[in-house]
Amino acid sequence: MRQSIIQWFRFASPQSFYPLAGRLIPWFWGAAAAFGIAGLWISFFVAPTDAQQGEGYRIIFVHVPASWMSMFIYLVMAFWAGLGLALNTRVSGMMAQALAPTGALMAALSLWTGALWGKPMWGAWWVWDARLTSELILFFLYLGFMALQAAIDDPRRADKAGAILALVGVVNIPIIYFSVKWWNTLHQGSTINLNKAPSMAQTMLWGMLMMALCFWMYSIAVALLRVRAIILERERHTEWVKHAVE
Amino acid sequence: MNALLATVRRDLLLALRRKSEVLTAVFFFVIVTSLFPLGIGPEPVLLKKIAPGILWVAALLATLLGLPRLFAADHMDGTLEQMALSPSPLGLLVAGKILAHWLLCGLPLVLLAPVLGLQFDLDASALAVLTVALLLGTPLLSLIGAIGAALTLGVRGGGVLLALLVLPLYIPALIFGAGAVEAHIAGLGSGGHLSLLAAMLALAVFFAPWATTAALRVALE
Amino acid sequence: MQWNSVGEFFAMGGYAFYVWGSFGACAVLMVAEPLLAKRRLSEVRQSLIRERLADELDLQQRTQ
Repeated sequence: MRQSIIQWFRFASPQSFYPLAGRLIPWFWGAAAAFGIAGLWISFFVAPTDAQQGEGYRIIFVHVPASWMSMFIYLVMAFWAGLGLALNTRVSGMMAQALAPTGALMAALSLWTGALWGKPMWGAWWVWDARLTSELILFFLYLGFMALQAAIDDPRRADKAGAILALVGVVNIPIIYFSVKWWNTLHQGSTINLNKAPSMAQTMLWGMLMMALCFWMYSIAVALLRVRAIILERERHTEWVKHAVE
Repeated sequence: MNALLATVRRDLLLALRRKSEVLTAVFFFVIVTSLFPLGIGPEPVLLKKIAPGILWVAALLATLLGLPRLFAADHMDGTLEQMALSPSPLGLLVAGKILAHWLLCGLPLVLLAPVLGLQFDLDASALAVLTVALLLGTPLLSLIGAIGAALTLGVRGGGVLLALLVLPLYIPALIFGAGAVEAHIAGLGSGGHLSLLAAMLALAVFFAPWATTAALRVALE
Repeated sequence: MQWNSVGEFFAMGGYAFYVWGSFGACAVLMVAEPLLAKRRLSEVRQSLIRERLADELDLQQRTQ
């Protein structure tokens, strides 16, 4: 037991995490590609045309995974940030920093595909629906996190300040979501009810699941890639880094 | 408790020596709310409908103005480090500073809001709801803002960054604060909104000084 | 399969702009992001290698 805990903590040091991340990245790229091909196949060739929305509903196969990932990555980022704050491990803060741009990208994709879905279906690029609004706020939270980390020169301080912000954000996200939802129901008269989604066929669910797994594996791969760069940037004055790059 | 009161008293005294800083936020509030009718047009029905939102957004921005100074001066002259080393817990002193910030930047807005509400043709009961909502909401703004102020202490581009960090977190306060007045005008009753605002305030009173203290300790390292 | 021709597939039942706009944006960004991350990694690697070469050169000159 003790042995295994020590094993895990070994990877909390940048020196041993750097090669581990390098070994893992190709596997995650492979998994992302495999799930992506399966997901795209289902979303274009297996899933039938929707009775109400025609072919336009196929946007769901990228929109929903992007939204899921944007929320999930924030939670993972806050988890790493909190871990770094509690245990003072360096890799945790670097992971949080590496995840933020990917999370912001997912939020941006979710907003973009949401707008492109909304225009033909509801006749507007943007409606102040609870989910759309929360996604926009989540995007702002990502931007704030990245801007704060970019503004602080000392990486250790940037990690800790970012961690506090991420945790405050996590406490706030449910409050923001429910307040936006409440606000939305109060103003229901002026907005469109978005709950009339096309009925969920089994194949659609499979397609969404495959695409979500693809986005998930992609996020891990790109975050590991970025964390490797961050490790080298921050540890460039240590002896092991000099031997790590041949 | 004495330490908290002493901090409040000290911050108030310091602010009274530099009145312009406090007045800037108040004038800002007045001017911004007065600009909206000029931009939108003088129709009373429309103005009445958007009044709660405008007053609330202006209040958010006005409290934001004072935030960068919340810890900056004490950080520069080393007072903050003394506070961190003092026998009384830092969280308590921070709570005192936040309270002082609210008294200087939040309370004047609460008192001014009914007067400005008249510009928008709000009736007496709506003005009362607006005042109560702001009374519950502005301390919330100060508390959340303090976290942002501590995080951006001594950081490049602090002021703009602070707005970027804090404004998204202000959204629930904005929704329920402005919503209370709107619901009252619509005849739905503002009780639900106000109690949720109070609940968020209670939560923030408990957590925000703690998070602010943690952020200050990071900045002081 | 519901497509009778390639043209029909790309037309997406009249929703081509929206569907391909969504999938295209995802594809472009999800290719660009790894490339940018990769470039960041190779840039720091390059500078580290240059640094080491400079150190070695320095050492050689000093020993001569």
